[in-house]
Amino acid sequence: MAFPEPKPRGPELPQKRVKTLDCGQGAVRAVRFNVDGNYCLTCGSDKTLKLWNPLRGTLLRTYSGHGYEVLDAAGSFDNSSLCSGGGDKAVVLWDVASGQVVRKFRGHAGKVNTVQFNEEATVILSGSIDSSIRCWDCRSRRPEPVQTLDEARDGISSVKVSDHEILAGSVDGRVRRYDLRMGQLFSDYVGSPITCTCFSRDGQCTLVSSLDSTLRLLDKDTGELLGEYTGHKNQEYKLDCCLSERDTHVVSCSEDGKVYFWDLVEGALALALPVGPGVVQSLSYHPQEPCLLTAVGGSVHCWREEAYEAEGGTG
Amino acid sequence: MAALDSDSEEDLVSYGTGLEPLEEGERPKKPIPLQDQTVRDEKGRYKRFHGAFSGGFSAGYFNTVGSKEGWTPSSFVSSRQNRADKSVLGPEDFMDEEDLSEFGIAPKAIVTTDDFASKTKDRIREKARQLAAATAPIPGATLLDDLITPAKLSIGFELLRKMGWKEGQGIGPRVKRRPRRQKPDPGVKIYGCALPPGGSEGSEDEDDDYVPENVTFAPKDITPVDFTPKDNVHGLAYKGLDPHQALFGTAGEHFNLFSGGPEGASDLLGEIGVNKGRKLGISGQAFGVGALEEEDDDIYATETLSKYDTILKDEEPGDGLYGWTAPRQYKSQKESEKDLRYIGKILDGFSLASKPLSSKKTYPPPELPRDYRPVHYFRPVVAATSENTHLVQVLSESAGKPMPDPGTHSRHQLNASKRAELLGETPIQGSSTSVLEFLSQKDKERIREMKQATDLKAAQLKARSLAQKASSSRPQPSSPDVGSCSWHMALSGGTAATRASNFKPFAKDPEKQKRYEEFLVHMKRGQKDALERCLDPSMTEWERGRERDEFARAALLYVSSHSTLSSRFTHAKEEDDSDQVEVPRDQENDVNDKQSAVRMKMFGKLTRDTFEWHPDKLLCKRFNVPDPYPDSTLVGLPRVKRDKYSVFNFLTLPETASSPATQAASEKGPQHQGPDKSRKPSRWDTSKQEKKEDSISEFLSLARSKVGPPTQESSPLVIKEEEHVTESLSDKSVSKGVDSQTEGEGSRPSMDLFKAIFASSSDEKSSSSEDEQGDSEDDQAGTGEADFKSSQETDSAETSSVARASEPVAQEPAPSFPIQKMQIDEREAFGPRLPPVFCPNVRQKLEAPQKEKHKKNKEKHKTKKEHRRRKEKKKKHRKHKHKGKQKNKKPEKSSSSESTDSSDSPSGEEGTVDLSPQELLRRLKSLPLRRQ
Repeated sequence: MAFPEPKPRGPELPQKRVKTLDCGQGAVRAVRFNVDGNYCLTCGSDKTLKLWNPLRGTLLRTYSGHGYEVLDAAGSFDNSSLCSGGGDKAVVLWDVASGQVVRKFRGHAGKVNTVQFNEEATVILSGSIDSSIRCWDCRSRRPEPVQTLDEARDGISSVKVSDHEILAGSVDGRVRRYDLRMGQLFSDYVGSPITCTCFSRDGQCTLVSSLDSTLRLLDKDTGELLGEYTGHKNQEYKLDCCLSERDTHVVSCSEDGKVYFWDLVEGALALALPVGPGVVQSLSYHPQEPCLLTAVGGSVHCWREEAYEAEGGTG
Repeated sequence: MAALDSDSEEDLVSYGTGLEPLEEGERPKKPIPLQDQTVRDEKGRYKRFHGAFSGGFSAGYFNTVGSKEGWTPSSFVSSRQNRADKSVLGPEDFMDEEDLSEFGIAPKAIVTTDDFASKTKDRIREKARQLAAATAPIPGATLLDDLITPAKLSIGFELLRKMGWKEGQGIGPRVKRRPRRQKPDPGVKIYGCALPPGGSEGSEDEDDDYVPENVTFAPKDITPVDFTPKDNVHGLAYKGLDPHQALFGTAGEHFNLFSGGPEGASDLLGEIGVNKGRKLGISGQAFGVGALEEEDDDIYATETLSKYDTILKDEEPGDGLYGWTAPRQYKSQKESEKDLRYIGKILDGFSLASKPLSSKKTYPPPELPRDYRPVHYFRPVVAATSENTHLVQVLSESAGKPMPDPGTHSRHQLNASKRAELLGETPIQGSSTSVLEFLSQKDKERIREMKQATDLKAAQLKARSLAQKASSSRPQPSSPDVGSCSWHMALSGGTAATRASNFKPFAKDPEKQKRYEEFLVHMKRGQKDALERCLDPSMTEWERGRERDEFARAALLYVSSHSTLSSRFTHAKEEDDSDQVEVPRDQENDVNDKQSAVRMKMFGKLTRDTFEWHPDKLLCKRFNVPDPYPDSTLVGLPRVKRDKYSVFNFLTLPETASSPATQAASEKGPQHQGPDKSRKPSRWDTSKQEKKEDSISEFLSLARSKVGPPTQESSPLVIKEEEHVTESLSDKSVSKGVDSQTEGEGSRPSMDLFKAIFASSSDEKSSSSEDEQGDSEDDQAGTGEADFKSSQETDSAETSSVARASEPVAQEPAPSFPIQKMQIDEREAFGPRLPPVFCPNVRQKLEAPQKEKHKKNKEKHKTKKEHRRRKEKKKKHRKHKHKGKQKNKKPEKSSSSESTDSSDSPSGEEGTVDLSPQELLRRLKSLPLRRQ
């Protein structure tokens, strides 16, 4: 529907603001698309987690139960449950429909920076500033984690999961990739504290952003540097980065209130999208479409490509 | 005959039921067999003649625990939901209804219970009740009970009656009784003070009947003692106002159950008014009912002679029957009468003491001294210090007290144990008065030390000020007396010197340390010239002065720091005996290498560390991934035990770890740190620099495993090598780095020296330090063999013998992990740094040729670089093969390593070295077997 023309078009960058969600939950710490990109989660500093339809701007549900600000959230593959972690050191598993807390995993010694479901939503991986990643089992009732990955020497800032890998960025300047299939741990030294890591959509590369205002694209298998992207400002905050829906562009938040787009191959700055005053704290890219969510302050903006026209019913 | 017959027929008595006459042609009935002779109850059920409640033993269903339905309880009721409904089963729940019928063992018919039946069946209890009622605050409250008493009598009561007993009589054989004479009516209560006894003549007349000789009497009824507890606040023996007396005026006699025996108290109500003629009514009672009295008796004019006894009376016969519960008048009649004369009335239930109370002994007050003045004045209190001893003495003398012996404490300073000591008591074991005595010896010492430390601090402050004063007054330190005096004062506190003795502030200068210790010893002895004595006389005056200062400062400093520290730290709760710690076997390499690599954007092998990592089984299951190490039990990174305080843990430090003085280290520090040496230079940095394009990290680990041991024990060597490194780093030329390296190796001492130093370590352990010398074709062959062998043997999985364990089992990662770990342990004790996970293979391979290395040394022609490269190749192949053994290996991994191999290796050696493992194995097999 989105691309009716048979002729392949060049990639379009989302630069048209189509919606602004005034979240009303304090600062929005993170904004995350769900698995199919129809909904999004916003993590507020007022201890709530909200589920939205970002294109229509409707609030669907508010999940409250955290004891402190929510720092990250993720949705399961079947949209049936959510997980979130926050400053209360707890990882919470939510039931989407009822809004109830299903499980509350306690065990981290510090704030939980990042949470992820695994592919089948049977395990929640949470990274905390206590320099450990804990794998919580959603199936059993046991309160302690299945495994604790405590190889990091400093806080974990980012965790991403593929079907058999766990990618973790740590403030100690290393990106660790735990390969469950091979039973090996690959540790890539970047030097500067890592703020965000992510896999490319083809699973061959990892994108790493660090506090030296640089994004690096590393080959997953060898750790070699494939590209470096600079121009934005990221020296203080844990900012998100990601790749566009077809791995054509590298997208990163910046502390100067813009979102930067680089061409992945050339490494040239493609677009600096001014989002708003202040730091762009978080962003999330739609899994299939050129649609971007950015969080600045207490509001979330939804961006689409220029040619986008809001469709009436389909959303 | 017929008549006779008929008569006799009529006379016959027939018993039982006649059998029915047999009909014609019918065979006589068979008797009912035994098994058919059953008895059934009215409901048709078989009747059991035995049962749990009828004397027999037949439990449950045909003597089983089951029921007709089977061996299941009739109904299960969850006690969780209806906890409250749970009822306790009684015996009735297991009874048949026949048992509960009128003639069963537990009849349920309505019967009169004892509460209603027992009121009158027991005369004795009745009497007691009456007694209680009479003494109750509202007398006569039991009247209603008496009126509505049911008529049932107990069986014992009826039996007694049938035996001739009458109500009111006692039980027992009838007795003869003497006529009573002059018995005063005991029923008369005397209120107020001492009335003359025997004031009731009327009653005398009544009792004075003629009693024939042959008449016997029933024994007197026994009145039970009233054990009703006193639950009111009335005085003892208080009785409320008798309504009879109050209402009918002249009833002078309380009805007294004790009074008449069978005759007296039989009819309570009927006696009202009988004693109307009595004189003494209630006169004398505290509260009058005068309005109701018919006449006022002149109570003072009733003195008659008949009120007095004229003869001594003896006891009533048969009174011995009564025992201690006897009514009062039988027990202490005369005594009470006698006593009443001067003591007064004895309360009910009390008797006069038989023994007179021993009178209290009184003592006269002490005689006052002659010059006693009843005025107190306070003397000034002067604390006994050294200055005012005289004053105190004078004061105490003036006070008339002897001067307390300074050795002994005053009375108030003594504690119990000291007093006991003074008194010569044997000390009580175990129960000491001071908490301190419960403390262990160690703790006591600690407390004492702390106390001394605080004392010392004060002393030191004082001393310091003194010293400052002294030094300011005399700036020239050549006058030693002042300084030493002050220091002496500071240190004379006691244990400072002893404790300072195990602190060696001048360890780097043994001579000086010796002098310092001497100084401390002198100080301890309290010699004033301690400093002067121990100083080296050959030194100049300035030096001596400086050293004096140093010593004194060191002594002070140590003590103070010791005291402050000791007050802050406690002893470890757990003994830290195990000097081994668990550390990950593979640690991320030095960041310094990587930092430079990152700076140069040399991402890839330089910045990557690869570890063996064991995911949890459950995690694998949840990720739908097969467990990469199915036989492994460990989770996470493999861990090994390491010496906690091993020298080799600090090998990255530039100086040797043996020098304890940090001062020395700081002095050494700047010496060999080059201009851009913010990062610690090391030998392997060189090699990294020189082969940047190569797989340097692997090479680094290899190089580390080789050159580790020599760097440990000889710091000059290390420094020297590091200087080489510095050089090579500065110009970054590959060739020079190689030169310097070979040069450094050339200057190394021989292997025997290392062996001598590490005497305890076996050959096998030191092999890692030697393997770099053993490079040759033979070497390669040997390792190949070992490798081949091991791969074969791992298949057979036979890992028992010790000799085997020393062989390359270690390359097998998971299954034989304990052995591997042990072995690594041993190597850790020697080797400088843990190799990466793929490294042990190589090291193991190179163990075999160690014995021939001396020969091989000479044959060394090729450059170091070539050897290394070859080894690297081997290692890669091995790694590859190793991976191939694992089930879940990633196919592209091996190919990538192959590709890197080919890309990495220079052109010259590629043809010879870059072989497939199969090819290599084939070649190795063809080689002659040289050593095992």
